[in-house]
Amino acid sequence: MNKSTEHAGQPPTGPRRTMDIVQARLARRYAAEKRFKLVGLGAIVLGLIFLTLLFVSIVSKGYPAFQQTYVQLDIHFDAERLDPGGTRDPKVLAKGDFGGIVKASLRAMFPDVSGRREKRELYGLISSGAAYQLRDMLLADPKLLGTTQKIWVPADDDVDMLIKGHMDRKAAEADRRLKDSQLGLIERLEEEGRIQKRFNTTFFTAGDSREPELAGIWGATMGSLFTLAVTLMLSFPIGVATAVYLEEFAPQNKWTDTIEVNINNLAAVPSIVFGLLGLAVFINFFGLPRSAPLVGGLVLTLMTLPTIIIAGRAALKSVPPSIREAALGMGASKMQMVTHHVLPLAMPGMLTGTIIGMAQALGETAPLLMIGMVAFIVDIPHSALDPSTVLPVQIYLWADSPERAFVERTSAAIMVLLAFLILMNAVAVVLRKKFERRW
Amino acid sequence: MNTIDPAIDQPGMGEVGVEAPVSINHTATVRRDQRETVGNITVPDPRMVCRNVNVHYGEKHAIKHVSLDIGSNEVVAMIGPSGCGKSTFLRCLNRMNDTIDGCRVSGEIRLEGQDIYDKKMDVVLLRAQVGMVFQKPNPFPKSIFENVAYGPRIHGLITNRSEAEEVVETSLRRAGLWDEVKERLDQPGTGLSGGQQQRLCIARTIAVGPEVILMDEPCSALDPIATAKVEELIDELRENFTIAIVTHSMQQAARVSQRTAYFHLGDLIEVGETDHIFTAPRHQLTEDYITGRFG
Repeated sequence: MNKSTEHAGQPPTGPRRTMDIVQARLARRYAAEKRFKLVGLGAIVLGLIFLTLLFVSIVSKGYPAFQQTYVQLDIHFDAERLDPGGTRDPKVLAKGDFGGIVKASLRAMFPDVSGRREKRELYGLISSGAAYQLRDMLLADPKLLGTTQKIWVPADDDVDMLIKGHMDRKAAEADRRLKDSQLGLIERLEEEGRIQKRFNTTFFTAGDSREPELAGIWGATMGSLFTLAVTLMLSFPIGVATAVYLEEFAPQNKWTDTIEVNINNLAAVPSIVFGLLGLAVFINFFGLPRSAPLVGGLVLTLMTLPTIIIAGRAALKSVPPSIREAALGMGASKMQMVTHHVLPLAMPGMLTGTIIGMAQALGETAPLLMIGMVAFIVDIPHSALDPSTVLPVQIYLWADSPERAFVERTSAAIMVLLAFLILMNAVAVVLRKKFERRW
Repeated sequence: MNTIDPAIDQPGMGEVGVEAPVSINHTATVRRDQRETVGNITVPDPRMVCRNVNVHYGEKHAIKHVSLDIGSNEVVAMIGPSGCGKSTFLRCLNRMNDTIDGCRVSGEIRLEGQDIYDKKMDVVLLRAQVGMVFQKPNPFPKSIFENVAYGPRIHGLITNRSEAEEVVETSLRRAGLWDEVKERLDQPGTGLSGGQQQRLCIARTIAVGPEVILMDEPCSALDPIATAKVEELIDELRENFTIAIVTHSMQQAARVSQRTAYFHLGDLIEVGETDHIFTAPRHQLTEDYITGRFG
């Protein structure tokens, strides 16, 4: 009490006034800090919401593609049809009329279906891929010839959509892809327990196809793998070498300044321009094969290099100069200084840059369109010279297809692409941790 | 041709240096008195001989006509206010200035009679003979063992593990660090305390077996106890090595060195026995500095 009255009676002295002023503003300062934190938090929450929306939308649209409707048929491997000569020669067997035995089995199951149109509608329930499946089965096990087997074959994509609930059974006949008669047949199959949704292995093992139920992502995945392998093998060593030369060896003069400015500019060049360059140089001038992952990798290397070089230089710059002095002071040559000390310390940063560049390359579509990697390719590539497509181009192609079943495959392909990306980043994180552990 | 020849002969004949005569004439009248180094720059058995050394950083004339001998098995301290060029001069002695863009060194620096700025002189070889310890302890981010074994290994002095172990142990013992680290040679050198790191750097330097060790303010980042240990170590190392040390601390110079050189704005002002410099400086600038009037 005494003290406060004492103070109240006193004229405001220097230190006392400072405290008052500070105190008066304190609340406002804290409020500002709080606001800033809230805004930051809000931004993160907003970002997370959109990310969740994206994932939910992709996953909910895409996960049905991992299942495929199959129909159980009683297939009689008719020796008459498949091997008229009785040779059991695989070459003859491979040319057998497997479509015929599928149709025969359907006719046997539905003896009441007559007339050309009705029969065609019946045959339309089963995917044209069924014949290939049967052929592969027989070639793998020739003893099946002459026997009757219960075999699950893929249903047509329209049936698949119906079973998955994407088609309204009550809609007018003209508004849906399946006829009333076909709906009846499907219901009969369902009653007999001959329709089942199973895990869609085809999607993960096949190449592209015009038939959604036969289309798979493996061809595009392999294409991406080969393309990225070429990109990595070229851009990483070249990028690191360039960064090391520019940062550690090159003299600081007009030439290196020009080179630096140009590298920075290249990083901002639209990717389709690199595609045009690749078309003109690699395909038209050097005559490399069209649609090949090799050319794709070369083009993406051009695109990725600036990123790797810039990140690499930043990583080298962040290595403390004292380490360089220490090495040089010990009598290490410049090369030894770089390879023994600077490069290992810069490696985590360089790897980060490389992985950013590779992630960019993995998602790149435009330049690859220019060099023909947008072609419709069914075969799975086995080398960097085979024609192929890549994941993002495959997504683009499927998104462009009219069949309803390709919608879910598009989303599923996006999921595969994201998984690929996450896997790559995980590898990068592991590698970085490994290098960082060397103090 | 005849008319040109004598014109070439005329200028620079009397001058020793490679330095362009223009700049000498330019500063001669102002600086002549200061440039004359007080005291005896020579010693009876010099390990390194520096004559008329000039260093330019771009336009800046950082070291001006410095001549100094560094004797065998002695500790030479270089003192002076910040920016006086003492570190620059030290870095000339093993050509560490080569790494700095725009830095030009002229004059003559001889190690055992051989000009170290000669084209035939290999800089790697030079730095194996003239080691350096830096201001901030800078062990490699590797294990203690690797830190010490690195130098001998790159120079091919050791070929197998047992030789390496021997060199590492001797070097660490000489640096007075062995007992403190012998249990954890495989741990990172960067995990040691500041003083231990600096002694590790010294161990690393002597592992190569240099003739001269340059120390650029080796204790300025250390606490007094660590400093005392390093100073003790310097005194012991004098038996086998020649040491040139740059220091901010005059007490340190007085404690560890036999000869002291006082630098001021790129000039070598005074050289002499350490005792004489600190008790009876002959030049006014030296006296001002050591009595604490500036610096």
